[in-house]
Amino acid sequence: MTTVEEPTAAPDPAQPATSSGKVRKAFSSPLASIFMIVVTVLWTIPTIGLLVTSVRPAGDVALTGWWTVFTHPSFTLENYHKVLFESSFGSSGGMLPYLVNSLAIAIPATIFPLALASMAAYALAWVRFKGSDTIFFAIFALQIVPLQMALIPLLQLFNGGAHIGSVTIIPAPNLGGTYVPVWLAHTMFAMPLAIFLLHNFIAQLPRDVMEAAQVDGASHFKIFRTIVLPLAAPALASFAIFQFLWTWNDLLVALTFVGGTADVAPLTVRLSQMAGSFGRSWEVVTAGAFISIVVPLIVFFSLQRYFVRGLLAGSVKG
Amino acid sequence: MPGIHTMFEASTLSDAVTKLLNTFGAVAGFLAILLIVFYAAGRATGKISRPLTILVFLGPAVLLILIGLIIPAARTIWLSTKSDDSTRFLGAKNYTWAFTSDSIHQVLLNTLLWIIVAPIVTTALGLCIALLVDRLKNEAVYKSLIFMPMAISFVGASIIWRFIYETRDSSQPQIGLLSQTVMALGWKHPPNWILSHPLNNFLLMVIMIWVQTGFAMVVLSAAIKAIPAEIIEAAKVDGARGGNLFFRVTVPMIRNTLIVVLTTVMITTLKVFDIVRTMTGGNFGTQILANEMYSQSFVQFNIGRGSALAVILFVAVLPLVGYNIVQLRKERGNR
Repeated sequence: MTTVEEPTAAPDPAQPATSSGKVRKAFSSPLASIFMIVVTVLWTIPTIGLLVTSVRPAGDVALTGWWTVFTHPSFTLENYHKVLFESSFGSSGGMLPYLVNSLAIAIPATIFPLALASMAAYALAWVRFKGSDTIFFAIFALQIVPLQMALIPLLQLFNGGAHIGSVTIIPAPNLGGTYVPVWLAHTMFAMPLAIFLLHNFIAQLPRDVMEAAQVDGASHFKIFRTIVLPLAAPALASFAIFQFLWTWNDLLVALTFVGGTADVAPLTVRLSQMAGSFGRSWEVVTAGAFISIVVPLIVFFSLQRYFVRGLLAGSVKG
Repeated sequence: MPGIHTMFEASTLSDAVTKLLNTFGAVAGFLAILLIVFYAAGRATGKISRPLTILVFLGPAVLLILIGLIIPAARTIWLSTKSDDSTRFLGAKNYTWAFTSDSIHQVLLNTLLWIIVAPIVTTALGLCIALLVDRLKNEAVYKSLIFMPMAISFVGASIIWRFIYETRDSSQPQIGLLSQTVMALGWKHPPNWILSHPLNNFLLMVIMIWVQTGFAMVVLSAAIKAIPAEIIEAAKVDGARGGNLFFRVTVPMIRNTLIVVLTTVMITTLKVFDIVRTMTGGNFGTQILANEMYSQSFVQFNIGRGSALAVILFVAVLPLVGYNIVQLRKERGNR
């Protein structure tokens, strides 16, 4: 397990010692340790309960609490087979298609905005032109628009095209039953934050490296591919992880743009359906929920450093 | 039956493979187009080279933002002044409805409760943990475990907690942890938690707090560690100790970070509809603005009212996000 790292830049060794040691002493008491242990246990138990329930036989789950496994252990993987492959609960083919949909939505919805936003960020930082600052500020300011503001018109556009009066500007794109609307929506909604974050990083790349490449006659396209992308890899990784988890965990965009069918709907949509109508078959619902959270948990525990950095960048820090 | 069963699985699997291949095809195609455009545009020389470069790099992003955010946001404002089928102009009538109809009263009240209680509890708890965690031996383990719910979707978290709130008749063995715990503590007939208004609102907020506390902890922990040691020393020379040191020195020093954490959690709280939708569907007196906006727009297809609620949501987050952005710019300016 890696550790949760400082969200800010690496600590400067030249700086004087910080206060944590002093604060530490000032608040030191055994009560504090007990408080921390209680909080940590409270924070962990809910997920453990879910995991334990998902591997208990259906009969046990319905009759006794999951904590009784510690006195009467009895385990099975039947629930996972059932929820993944068996056509139950008003859906044919179990949860496997939804798992595939989640991957098929989240991977392109990460790569598309990553590529387009890093290009835009490079242009705004290094191909400076009249108005580039204004454009950057406008994009930066657009972060204030909640995506709820765009849902209805965007759905109307994807379903029926765009018209002014009776003049058709964009014909109905006929994208029903494909991933395209949800890819596009995620890409569009990711743009302001992605450009802002990547711009902050790319703008700080060493000026002399860029200028040397230009003197050698490299085009902006070559500089972008051979210098900027490799150097910006840490920022790209942080944003990629943030965006992947965001799209993987998203319910609102998926529900709005792809609906609830097994053709295109992701795990989150299926889970919310299951919780609504079949909340009583807990062994199946918990197995399904665990399948949906295991991917983020793997990402979290294996790439924790980037994960924390990406998440914090996504919410407060630049 | 087993024969049919395996056949079924086979077709599901081939479907899955097809979908994934299509997806990778789309990604590969996208990257190939980019490469070709780069190659072609990179060969351009002379006067058009610079504008072409700007167009290729910036064009797609600007177009996506224009079509995906700016025009739709403007259109949502326009739609909010029209009737639910968008045929008649109503002026501010949808907004009057949003602030005066009886059914919405409860929604606004709940939303207000959410954005006050959840962020304050989250920030306070995050601050306590941030102060206490770094003197324990396995600091990293504690931090990881408390931060972990941030990785889980709100839908997943809701299912985890629905299971905890599950209630059986008190004559039967309980399978929900909450009922079991309070019964062990001597409460013989606990209520059906999810149905008990107004308690259920707070039970749903617990999920938000569970998810967001790790975020508050990590940000505040970093801010506390960044306080210069001399300041703490000086305060101690002046006789500050314990709680006094905490409230007079530590809290004022991290004041800006505290407000940023508070407003960030508030923004999330205002926008998230997943919890209420998964837990209660907005029933039993738990409806909030974000979920009401979704059901008005996409369940009942009341486009006018849904748009008005979206605009209200936008206006509500505006000062919070505005504050965060100003704060962010200030910090950058200082560096």
